[in-house]
Amino acid sequence: MSVLVFAESSEGKFKKIAFEAVSYGKKIAQQLSTQLIALTINAENASELSTYGANKIIKVNNETLSTFNAKVVSSIIAQAATQENAEVVIIDSSSNGLYVAPAVATILDAGYVSNVIEAPSNTSPFTVKRKTFSNKAFSHTEISSAVKVIGLAKNSFGVVASDEAATEEDFSPEIANSGVNSTAINKNAGKVSIADADIVVSGGRGLKGPENWNLIEDLAEVLGGATACSKPVSDLGWRPHNEHVGQTGKPVASNLYIAIGISGAIQHLAGVNASKVKVVINIDPEAPFFKAAEYGIVGDAFEVVPQLIEKLKEFNSKN
Amino acid sequence: MKILVCISHVPDTTSKINFTAENAEFDSNGVQFVINPYDEFSLARAMWFKEKQGASVTVITVGDASTEPSLRKSLAIGADDAIRIDAQATDGITVAKQLAEVIKSNAYDLILTGRESIDYNGATVPGALATLLDYNFINACVGLEIEGTSVTASKEIDGGTETLGTELPAVIAGQKGLVEEKDLRIPNMRGIMMARKKPLQVLPGIEATSSTKDVSFEKPAEKSACKIVTSVDELIDVLHNEAKVI
Ligand SMILES: Cc1cc2nc3c(=O)[nH]c(=O)nc-3n(C[C@H](O)[C@H](O)[C@H](O)COP(=O)(O)OP(=O)(O)OC[C@H]3O[C@@H](n4cnc5c(N)ncnc54)[C@H](O)[C@@H]3O)c2cc1C
Ligand SMILES: Nc1ncnc2c1ncn2[C@@H]1O[C@H](COP(=O)(O)O)[C@@H](O)[C@H]1O
Repeated sequence: MSVLVFAESSEGKFKKIAFEAVSYGKKIAQQLSTQLIALTINAENASELSTYGANKIIKVNNETLSTFNAKVVSSIIAQAATQENAEVVIIDSSSNGLYVAPAVATILDAGYVSNVIEAPSNTSPFTVKRKTFSNKAFSHTEISSAVKVIGLAKNSFGVVASDEAATEEDFSPEIANSGVNSTAINKNAGKVSIADADIVVSGGRGLKGPENWNLIEDLAEVLGGATACSKPVSDLGWRPHNEHVGQTGKPVASNLYIAIGISGAIQHLAGVNASKVKVVINIDPEAPFFKAAEYGIVGDAFEVVPQLIEKLKEFNSKN
Repeated sequence: MKILVCISHVPDTTSKINFTAENAEFDSNGVQFVINPYDEFSLARAMWFKEKQGASVTVITVGDASTEPSLRKSLAIGADDAIRIDAQATDGITVAKQLAEVIKSNAYDLILTGRESIDYNGATVPGALATLLDYNFINACVGLEIEGTSVTASKEIDGGTETLGTELPAVIAGQKGLVEEKDLRIPNMRGIMMARKKPLQVLPGIEATSSTKDVSFEKPAEKSACKIVTSVDELIDVLHNEAKVI
């Protein structure tokens, strides 16, 4: 028996959530008094995972896996789970993780729960807490199958150091027929993505038009964050679709979310509530966002934001 | 081309979420249900294939009779026929097993779903379904073209999009971008009248036990009041020293 974690990497580097997933896996391995095994695919510094408690690291290195293919990756995770006799398989609930996890669970005939935010409250029956109803509620969910697949939500468990001497092994699974081929990848070079960002700066209809988006971009830049927007802003074509956050857009679970000129409609809040600290800048003290935020400034974005950018530049130069 | 669109019947986005039976059950009292918003994008794209490429469009849902208004609405939007699998939608993998059973005996070329249901947010059904059927699968689809059996799709990835090619039969999970917001369909009077005459077939579900069960629910803790700051200096100070996020 064991706990298996898929430690996701991109271009050889671990994603931050890989460390969180391994930390989480360690906790469950302790609860079950068993070994924690981490699976890596084309990661450069696999041994880093021992810092978070992996007892064994199984490494797949294969040039054909340079682009992420869901079918191939899910088959590899399932083969690793079978080889290691894993009772619990942990895959992060990021976009790639959500893509592969249901397939892994189906192959292993396992129960699957996504967007889990805490260590199991009980291991028999195996019970986890997950986000449901678009962050408007949580469910306590029991998994009764012999093998359990857990999708871990970003920024929920945190990264916990736990030094172990890990053994490392090469793993050469069968490579499944990919079925789906990647022909092009278009990324906004040099920009932080909403999924990876610790800080997200988001603008709403209160910014009046796309010509004012330099305020959002400059603020995001001084904070090293990503830019986002409310749904009407992308519907109006002021910003691309992939920046729209909320219940029907991208979910945000950052450390800091700054909402500028966004009223705080229930559908918007549902998608951003999982962020730790929310700041609202709005001219209307009655805007519903003030009820959801930790900090707020009542004021005109066109006055407040330029000041904030200037002061943050000073702050950055001192810190 | 035969298209099947999987429809999830969910609480409207403005719904207040409450629970009954000591937080063991979702309280549907006073809640308005709608077609899952992600599924609306897939349905609208299916209608485009029907109108431009002569595809047939069937809609399907797994659930009890209370889900039928969403199927009727899909028929009013223009789907040709509807299927309801009469079984409780207990968890994503079980729903996928129910759907797979019907699909195996009907040979659809393209299965369209939404990226996730906005109720339980499992994002499970499409991936599980594709695996059960051994069909090709594309998630988070924001653009879809089909020529013969060859599929060209764009998929949202972190910070951009990826162009993918595959072959039918395939399961494709859609979202906003698959069609523009303005191209979502609203049923008109004629559609509503016609929908009444279109076939809605009720099929029995298969025996399938789910491996997961929601034993209780919880609402987020009441938030403490927002701290209103009066200057940007104060804001930077609290974010640095109190919240420790910058
Ligand atoms: C099915 C459905 C799904 C939806 N999903 C989403 C979703 O996922 N995400 C989402 O965001 N929305 C979603 N919505 C839309 C949502 O209901 C709101 O309409 C939307 O969030 C409002 O966007 P907004 O706050 O930018 O605009 P508005 O509501 O117009 O608010 C603008 C705000 O800017 C403030 N303001 C104006 N001028 C200034 C100034 N100079 N300085 C500072 N503040 C100023 C105003 O006081 C106001 O509060 C959905 C709606 C439906 C029906
Ligand atoms: N009960 C259901 N009946 C039919 N399709 C469903 C059902 N539940 C989910 N789906 C489909 O699967 C997608 C993802 O849902 P989920 O896995 O529940 O997040 C939805 O957008 C629907 O297209």
